[in-house]
Amino acid sequence: MLNYIKLILLGGVILFAALAANWAHDLAYQVHALLILVVGIVMFVWVLRHTDEPVAVSAGEAAGYMDGPVRYGIVATAFWGVTGFLVGTFIAFQLAFPVLNFDWAQPYANFGRLRPLHTSAVIFAFGGNGLIATSFYIVQRTSAQRLWGGNLAWFVFWGYNLFIVLAATGYLLGSTQSKEYAEPEWYVDIWLTIVWVAYLAVFLGTILTRKERHIYVANWFFLSFIVTIAMLHLVNNLSIPVSIWGSKSVQVFSGVQDAMTQWWYGHNAVGFFLTAGFLGMMYYFVPKQAGRPVYSYKLSIIHFWALIFLYIWAGPHHLHYTALPDWASTLGMVFSIVLWMPSWGGMINGLMTLQGAWDKLRTDPIIRLMVASLAFYGMSTFEGPMMSIRAVNSLSHYTDWTIGHVHSGALGWNGMITFAAIYFLTPKLWGREKMYSISAINTHFWLATIGIVLYASSMWVSGIMEGLMWREVDSQGFLVNSFADTVSAKYPMYVVRGLGGVLYLAGGLIMVWNMWMTIRGGASVKAPVGVAAE
Amino acid sequence: MDTYSFMRQLADSWVLLAMFAFFFGVILWAFRPGSRKMHDDISQAPFRNEDRPALDDKDAALLKGQDNG
Repeated sequence: MLNYIKLILLGGVILFAALAANWAHDLAYQVHALLILVVGIVMFVWVLRHTDEPVAVSAGEAAGYMDGPVRYGIVATAFWGVTGFLVGTFIAFQLAFPVLNFDWAQPYANFGRLRPLHTSAVIFAFGGNGLIATSFYIVQRTSAQRLWGGNLAWFVFWGYNLFIVLAATGYLLGSTQSKEYAEPEWYVDIWLTIVWVAYLAVFLGTILTRKERHIYVANWFFLSFIVTIAMLHLVNNLSIPVSIWGSKSVQVFSGVQDAMTQWWYGHNAVGFFLTAGFLGMMYYFVPKQAGRPVYSYKLSIIHFWALIFLYIWAGPHHLHYTALPDWASTLGMVFSIVLWMPSWGGMINGLMTLQGAWDKLRTDPIIRLMVASLAFYGMSTFEGPMMSIRAVNSLSHYTDWTIGHVHSGALGWNGMITFAAIYFLTPKLWGREKMYSISAINTHFWLATIGIVLYASSMWVSGIMEGLMWREVDSQGFLVNSFADTVSAKYPMYVVRGLGGVLYLAGGLIMVWNMWMTIRGGASVKAPVGVAAE
Repeated sequence: MDTYSFMRQLADSWVLLAMFAFFFGVILWAFRPGSRKMHDDISQAPFRNEDRPALDDKDAALLKGQDNG
């Protein structure tokens, strides 16, 4: 019966997509309509061929954990990660060598269009797939319960990746609402909302049917990430489409209200997507890999509540010296500084979990990745509050220092904890004893670390130099440097930054090779998943 | 009173108080007597049920029946 309803709905989607492709006002919308048309037809045929056929479910499959979407999610994480690193490295060299904005590829492959492709690929595609996959893995293990909602988890995986493809192709074809980290246009936003509600349903459903008495702290972090991102996404994307047959939309807010909404969104995307969600990973994988429970469970509770109570107010520090009232940007600054405490509390909690297991740092490169990741978490959560202080911000804002700060957090904290999670999960999910090559993990660790060091240090030099050059005045009060002077002065730092990116990308490629060899090579040593209950 | 002023005053007073009270309530609750045992138990959750879901009471009873029979 459900299949008949699905067929009717898919038929409607196909009809609408065909009309939309015909009447499209712009290229991005037309390409997206054709893409949805193809996806709709494939799904229609697939559902049709499975209608009125007997459904075979083995007992073990229904009783065990649901790890299919986790496996796909881990592969997607690695794929999008390498893609995002590649685009990032390319645009880093575009800044150093503008000739790489090839004439023949205009307007599709210039820096302006590739840059949101890079940020969305690493944050939402790499990070997002990693978060969805690990949260599905962790919530099952710590709730002792199979994922709720049957195939809804598959819908979340495929739906989210369709969102990524729509967003990425949209940027290249010039469809953007020009909000940083929220560039996708209205219909892509609506699709993400549907997928996100399904994600919340699967996650919450599993927690509500859990067989453990309490909700493990990692799940609190994941839940706050899912709920808050839903709220941020809905409010920041309030817009009215110009036409249902075109991608252009108009924001509901304007002026300083729009700016404040955008940075309330933007900073909490950092706070809840890149911090709370990844802390959920940290609170599961660090204890697992160290083989001992989290250092202080009480501290983790305080960490959680303090983090979510404080982060939500920090956004205005992006708008110092703007039309935003002074009291609002002071509020943002104060909360950013207070935020230093829970952040470091969490870092200490993660590091102290290794108490008594520090010797593993010498032998286990996965532990090494985790420790480096926590160290970068501590560093960037120290640097961030410092940069949010109005006086420091007057030097650092609009310079490369900001980009360096973001990358020490994203490459160091988010990247490395995700790599550690991938190395932890790949053997488990495919039933292998361990990764194909442990020394390759070590090589990856060093390539990534040196890459980040080159990136962050070159951006500190470049950013502070740029900030000082912009404000330099002569004895008459005239500015000493033109903007172009700062651009040419930054050239050597831009080359070093690009090289750092090359190293980080090389580490990612080694990880993909290692995953490939682990998954395809050798017999499985045990079947950790899908085992029938005895 | 216009909406903005009302919301602003409410945010500055009762909502601020409620949020502080909730926050400190949560912290105090974490430190309540007897919480250590519960926290020790839940911090072990990642080390249980790694390979398969926990059994329901129903499943467990069924298995027990099989063992006897």
